[in-house]
Amino acid sequence: MSTLSERVLGAGAGDYVDANVDRAYVHDGTGVLTLEAWKEMGCPGPAHPERLYILFDHIVPANNSTTAMLQRELRVFARSHGIHFSDIGGGVCHQLMGEGEVLPGEVVVGADSHSCTLGAFGAFATGVGATDMAAVWASGETWFRVPETIAVRLSGSFNGAAEAKDLALAVISKLGMDGASYKALEYIGEGTKLLSMEGRLTIANLATEAGAKTGLFYADDVTREYLLRFGHRVENQVPEPCTYVGEVRIDIGDLEPVVAVPPRVDTVKPVSSLEGLQLDQVFVGTCTNGRFEDLQRFSSIVKGKKVKVRTIVVPSSAEVLRKAADTGVLSSIIAAGCTIGTPGCGPCLGAHMGVISEGEVCLSTANRNFTNRMGIGGSIYLASVATAAASALAGVLTVPELVP
Amino acid sequence: MKLEGDAVCLGADIDTDVIIAGRYLRTKDRKIWVEHVFEDLDPSLGSRLRGAVIVAGNNFGCGSSREQAAVALKEAGLVAIVAPSFSRIFFRNAINIGLPVVEGDCHCTSGDHVVVDLDEWTVTCGGTRVPVRPLSARMQELLRAGGLVHHWRSKKP
Repeated sequence: MSTLSERVLGAGAGDYVDANVDRAYVHDGTGVLTLEAWKEMGCPGPAHPERLYILFDHIVPANNSTTAMLQRELRVFARSHGIHFSDIGGGVCHQLMGEGEVLPGEVVVGADSHSCTLGAFGAFATGVGATDMAAVWASGETWFRVPETIAVRLSGSFNGAAEAKDLALAVISKLGMDGASYKALEYIGEGTKLLSMEGRLTIANLATEAGAKTGLFYADDVTREYLLRFGHRVENQVPEPCTYVGEVRIDIGDLEPVVAVPPRVDTVKPVSSLEGLQLDQVFVGTCTNGRFEDLQRFSSIVKGKKVKVRTIVVPSSAEVLRKAADTGVLSSIIAAGCTIGTPGCGPCLGAHMGVISEGEVCLSTANRNFTNRMGIGGSIYLASVATAAASALAGVLTVPELVP
Repeated sequence: MKLEGDAVCLGADIDTDVIIAGRYLRTKDRKIWVEHVFEDLDPSLGSRLRGAVIVAGNNFGCGSSREQAAVALKEAGLVAIVAPSFSRIFFRNAINIGLPVVEGDCHCTSGDHVVVDLDEWTVTCGGTRVPVRPLSARMQELLRAGGLVHHWRSKKP
């Protein structure tokens, strides 16, 4: 009788385990320090290079010669050791790992806090730092304290303009920024069944914003069908009675579009309560909301209209960009007056490609609104894709209408 | 082992973006991180970390997994961090690079003398002694070795 985390890690909550890591990934940001720690460890080569991934997404393409030099070093390292490698423009690491790499029941670590995203597949996926990752490169293993689990019990289905992002923010609002510290979240109940794979990835992505180690969905028919597109045949994971240390209940039908007000992700308010807030930039993308389904939703709202504020759309992977181009989604977005960035993290972390100035307000579909994150003195409001689209058209924060 | 220093008191939910901003990450030059540590919170704070103990509120180090945050604090000369709770990635990162972090709830004023006792698992500050949660055996071993890299090297034949 185990939680999904206990089942995957093969031990009870509170136990310490040395886990075999099935997949481990770094990006161009965290890969630099990982490589430094790796060199200091003095290993001849990675234990299991076929399980390792180096995926460039944070500053793509390189913004200056220092970045270019650091990226070059990682590129050479990946190639010389036979490590899976995705260069600039390939996409966000979490998205790429979700395009048929990670499978249910796997142990996955990423050198990025949002690695919990892959919990959407029923994997135990969590973020680690650079030195921990270097040890994974060296040994193929890492240690965990098996977390206790908080259940997020979902019922109902979306019946208004709310979407997965609003659900994820509602969970954080209930738990607070550290409400799930050291613990895992498990999304259970009838309400999970109607959530798309893309929606689940958005929800699991934000688990870390409540302090959680990971956020897991049990693999079901939706997971199975999604992975079949990548040629993987997987089994459903059937929940069994287990002990949760807490429970959050959400009726999805009750949700309304919300924003997270800076500088905290857990300051969540209805969009309606702040309607009319003047915006300087709208940003759609990231590991939270840059998937095809997101771009499609965005395009269905802005199609045939013009945005009134500068709007940056960054697909989360080359595959998402290709699909958007093939289906006309991209041309509708461009025709509405938006600009398109290289697949990757875009301006989310404030280093590149859409940094905001002092006094500016950005409405973003990303996952963090910390002080100065996207630019010194700027403010970030986090919202759903539909809210971003309706607001881009109005130039001010606007409640989205029901999307057909 | 006893660690001592003057308290630098901070609030809750200190995130890794304010410890070291994303705009300073594209380098291997640790001096740059030390130069800009806590810049967005209080630009004068960085120069007060040498020999100090940070006494903070809940959820210290939340947000990004960037290990540069822990490295910047250590390189700036910080002795230890005491907080009721930490973000889990930051906590592991700190231990992995040999920066002592302990979970405990102590109340004091910046400038108070702080003693962190890693044998008795107590923190004394502002004249009061409070218990802190002992690190797991594994983390104690890593910290004693000076971090994960040193621990790894010491295990090699």
